[in-house]
Amino acid sequence: MNAKVADRVATGVFIVIAFIIVSVLIGLFSFILYHGFQHVSLKFLTTPSSNMSAGGGIRDQLFNSFYVLFITMLITVPLGVGGGVYMAEYARPGRITNIIRSCIEVLASLPSIVIGLFGLLMFVTLTGWGYTILGGALALTVFNLPVMVRVTEDAIHSVPRDLKEASLALGITHWHTIKTILLPSAFPTILTGGILAAGRVFGEAAALLFTAGLSTPRLDYTDWNPFSQISPLNIFRPAETLAVHIWSINTQGLIPDVDAVSNGSAAVLILSVLLFNLLARWIGSLIHKKVTATK
Amino acid sequence: MVTEMKDYTPNIEVQKENILNVNNLEIFYGEKRAVNGISMDIEENTITALIGPSGCGKSTFLRSINRMNDLIPGAFAKGEIIYEGLNILSNNINVGALRKEIGMVFQKPNPFPKSIYENITHALKFSGLKKKSQLNEIVEESLTKAALWDEVKDRLHESALSLSGGQQQRLCIARTIAMKPTVMLLDEPSSALDPISNAKVEELIVELKNDYSIVIVTHNMQQASRISDKTAFFLNGDLVEFDQTEKIFTNPSVKKTEEYISGRFG
Repeated sequence: MNAKVADRVATGVFIVIAFIIVSVLIGLFSFILYHGFQHVSLKFLTTPSSNMSAGGGIRDQLFNSFYVLFITMLITVPLGVGGGVYMAEYARPGRITNIIRSCIEVLASLPSIVIGLFGLLMFVTLTGWGYTILGGALALTVFNLPVMVRVTEDAIHSVPRDLKEASLALGITHWHTIKTILLPSAFPTILTGGILAAGRVFGEAAALLFTAGLSTPRLDYTDWNPFSQISPLNIFRPAETLAVHIWSINTQGLIPDVDAVSNGSAAVLILSVLLFNLLARWIGSLIHKKVTATK
Repeated sequence: MVTEMKDYTPNIEVQKENILNVNNLEIFYGEKRAVNGISMDIEENTITALIGPSGCGKSTFLRSINRMNDLIPGAFAKGEIIYEGLNILSNNINVGALRKEIGMVFQKPNPFPKSIYENITHALKFSGLKKKSQLNEIVEESLTKAALWDEVKDRLHESALSLSGGQQQRLCIARTIAMKPTVMLLDEPSSALDPISNAKVEELIVELKNDYSIVIVTHNMQQASRISDKTAFFLNGDLVEFDQTEKIFTNPSVKKTEEYISGRFG
């Protein structure tokens, strides 16, 4: 086979692969959205779920999903970015750093159900909190943190060395260089990593089953006191997220309209992740433009 | 009477002060010795060119003058570089303060991915300058000195990356000037530029000699002979010859220097 033919074959193979990926994606999306949107309505989004009868909504689950995501990112992002900066800029290359890096990779690849069990021991039993949003967020942090660290480390490594040298050569300290040159340049990559991590959190069920629980107290959305048991903002209350809700009504639900509710929930879940991604990217590019003065 | 005064040129060269004294400097990368015990004096308001084939230690030497080798794991130096009575290689030197006085411009233009204005003010703000009027003044002054002001004065707040390669390099020189250094280290500053930009940068370097002491590493023989006052020839980590540029290029004392300059190796 001569080089020209090989080149054409390779091009063809890659086009076919791309086509397969795109059609799987489109197929999946349209299936879920088609089945889901027949059941999605404003009422569906604003009614609390029902345990026994048909016609329940997903109001609390939707709120819980976003709230757990928010609390998780609040813990994950500072710790993850900090760890990544340490790995990229402060850790001396050598055996110990390599061991730390391997540990981080192992942590990232732990099955989420194992993390859920660990969370049950640590954040539910040992602390005596019971099922809480905070416990769920901490469990999610355990498997999101390594991803965030890794992404930040790679993002900082990919900033051209020249820029760091230029800044240091002007007499600027290491920390100020990290803060004003390296992190802003690495920001788009870190943001992408953060979005991927957020998507994982949003869709995660296994790690939350034993940590944030399968129930939600009757919430009063006018109660903004975060210490009140019925306030949605209370982080020491149990919270069933959307992904967990889909799992629970399908395995142990008693409602007659299981299919309708789970299809609707799936559509809302996917759409939320999509909207969240787009929003995060849009805000990210605004910040990046402002920092780098590009148009 | 006046014309007679004008025509008068002293035939004895004015002895310039030394700004840097290098004594028996050795630089190592781990086990490997890259610079073998060199000694030389760098004069102020002079362009000193460092020439030699790749890997001869000239860039390593240059980077040791403002401690940029600190960034390379395993690199260390022995001997002395005396600047204002202090050995800048010793541990208790404030490296940040040193780098403000001994600035550096790199081979590849490396402006920050910020606006032209912020490229200049970045380090100034860090060193505590906050007043807008003062910043504006220094931005204009340093861009003017770097012969870039007229080209960018209407778009100071656009990204520095929108400039051409030559303009970017002059911006890098401008942001070094803004720190008001005494010594400027230039590491092949125009080798990545087209001939016209190169000529502009060279012109600028000669201009800067009046205010700063300049040490320049170059691979370009013509450049060294055109712009420098003194030239040092490095080979395999040794300082082979160091003299007036004119002498190095017309009548070098060492055979190796002559061979390198005439292009027989390197």
